[in-house]
Amino acid sequence: MMIDRRFPVRLDLQQGTVDMSHGSGGRAMAQLIAELFQRHLHNDLLAQGNDQALFTPPPGRLVMSTDGHVISPLFFPGGDIGCLSVHGTINDVAMAGARPLYLAAGFILEEGFALRDLARIVASMADAANEAGVPVVTGDTKVVERGKGDGVFITTTGIGVVPDGILISGDRARPGDVILVSGHIGDHGVAILSQRENLGFGTAIQSDTAALHDLVAAMISAVPDIHCLRDPTRGGLATTLNELAHQSGVGMQIRESAIPVRPEVAAACELLGLDPLYVANEGKLIAICPAAQAETLLAVMRAHPKGVASAIIGEVVEDALHFVQMETDFGGSRIVDWLAGEQLPRIC
Amino acid sequence: MKYIDEFRDQGLARQLANAIAAEAEPSRAYRLMEFCGGHTHAIFRYGVQHLMPPNLRFIHGPGCPVCVLPMARIDHAIALATQHGVTLCTYGDLMRVPASERRTLLKVKAEGADIRMIYSTQDALRIAREHPERQVVFFAIGFETTTPPTAVAIQTARAEGLANFSVFCNHVLTPPALRTILATAGPDGVRLDGILGPSHVSTLIGSRPYAFVASEFGVPVVIAGFEPLDVMQSALMLVRQINAGRCEVENQYSRAVTEDGNRKAQALVADVFRVRDRFEWRGLGFLPQSALALADDYADLDAERRFPFSLGETREIKGCECPAILRGVKQPTDCKLFGTVCTPDNPMGSCMVSSEGACAAYWSYGRFRTAAA
Repeated sequence: MMIDRRFPVRLDLQQGTVDMSHGSGGRAMAQLIAELFQRHLHNDLLAQGNDQALFTPPPGRLVMSTDGHVISPLFFPGGDIGCLSVHGTINDVAMAGARPLYLAAGFILEEGFALRDLARIVASMADAANEAGVPVVTGDTKVVERGKGDGVFITTTGIGVVPDGILISGDRARPGDVILVSGHIGDHGVAILSQRENLGFGTAIQSDTAALHDLVAAMISAVPDIHCLRDPTRGGLATTLNELAHQSGVGMQIRESAIPVRPEVAAACELLGLDPLYVANEGKLIAICPAAQAETLLAVMRAHPKGVASAIIGEVVEDALHFVQMETDFGGSRIVDWLAGEQLPRIC
Repeated sequence: MKYIDEFRDQGLARQLANAIAAEAEPSRAYRLMEFCGGHTHAIFRYGVQHLMPPNLRFIHGPGCPVCVLPMARIDHAIALATQHGVTLCTYGDLMRVPASERRTLLKVKAEGADIRMIYSTQDALRIAREHPERQVVFFAIGFETTTPPTAVAIQTARAEGLANFSVFCNHVLTPPALRTILATAGPDGVRLDGILGPSHVSTLIGSRPYAFVASEFGVPVVIAGFEPLDVMQSALMLVRQINAGRCEVENQYSRAVTEDGNRKAQALVADVFRVRDRFEWRGLGFLPQSALALADDYADLDAERRFPFSLGETREIKGCECPAILRGVKQPTDCKLFGTVCTPDNPMGSCMVSSEGACAAYWSYGRFRTAAA
């Protein structure tokens, strides 16, 4: 790395901490950006050094999405707030069938936060962005006094372009459509829970945090007429299905036995009195498509590394009340309602 | 899941459902009260009522600790946090229970009171150890099942000399509530043909304390586990008792419950607590000898004595039928507030707060049946 004459003394990334000057707009902030953010997230657009990134969008319809991340703890099995903030926004963009192009990131840092942890988080963001091929091209940093934040909050915004002929929207589910899920549910929430200080229990469960745009690309190329895509994050599968049912004005009928849940996740939920249907995911999607294409779509999803455990879990039905109902393993039937209250705060 | 799936087996459920349908006499009504919220939850979550013949109806009892806690006690807890400025440690279920003037612990926390959601008594002790400068109060609620952990916390605090820790005790006792429900059955109450007795409570107190239900009130009891097959098998056992005109205390949950219960835990509870002369239950009123307070030996750890507080009058929310629902007299759908202004997202009454409450269970799992009817 070239010596930057503005900063004769390098940032101490081992012992140093964030202080108020890092958000001041002055030299200390410039140094933090140069030696920490740009060092990890470097790309041509970010290197322009402006307060905005200048680029020419490709032809087509653009989508844009934003997502704030306040997860606690910041580091968890299978990921951290850095990669999560990249995956979360890429997924929100991708659920329109879009190819994500660029990300923007806003950081709110708490005074006293260790620069070493911040560097780890930014490096993880960079790895996630590189792996996904979606660069962080502009950003912002603010610092709040000690006690006014919780280490770091990250907001990311993404834009993407939707291929011609693709129309994916939460209001397009139709009676007769088939509902698919791309793998085991509940991994993220249980992985976070296992790290909470007051609940510490040993588990090998990893968060499923992952960028799903490549899976989506494979899906829409095989089945362009996918009606709905959504990632079941907070509120879990149950809440997301209710959102879609409400938006489309339909009901849904799902089968408990068809929903993939890892035994260790089921066991942790049993112990803690949680229902895996309501536990958050960060690397799964729900797809709704016409029945005639369901098997094709399932095969494509299962052939993709991020959809190996995909399954058909139910059908869209007519229902003026827009209920999601489930045939239970026990042989009964019950309503699967929206999540009420807060099952688990600060999960993403 | 081993040891869990066995109790949720669809084939066995069907066999039990067939047996109940075959043995239940069409001319009779079988009104079975499941005492515990855990039973209520299982009945709804697994759709057990759906598998029963139409003349067998489950009536949901008062065994949900959040639901029976009177508003005055929540007011008291709020006062501890706001007037005395203590750190109040509470289970998450209590956060949204409406108190007077529609205040809740959640709202009071948002306004700045130091209220911590915890998962066990150990968390409360840890907070007290970490903050010796703060008064830390554990908001203890629950039936007999949750009493021993509170007793252990109190003994631990005594042994460690944790002077900043105390307990706001709201532990209640099952048998007096059962007696009240049976004694008020009649014109004002509900006729009960059988009782599904508590499972976890009975692991502590044993099956003996229910003898009066059979001997004094002539109502059969089956102590029932919380898994759906437990509930169904217990219903079948009650049907058989009712058909045969028998009236006994039977124990379906024999894998955990004995006649005498857990004597070590009983001794622990007897050391740390005393029985209050009377205590208010939501829906049931003031019941004699129905709740616990800290014994005089542990008076210094009793938050009620450490932080004296006089209560204003508390008023139930107008139109809320929780009291009648808790006694089994009314169903949640009989309440005008149910599903209109009172939902799990915005509960007016306590039965809508806890997942074990009858109203919350009706709303979350059962309302499609109501809508279809």
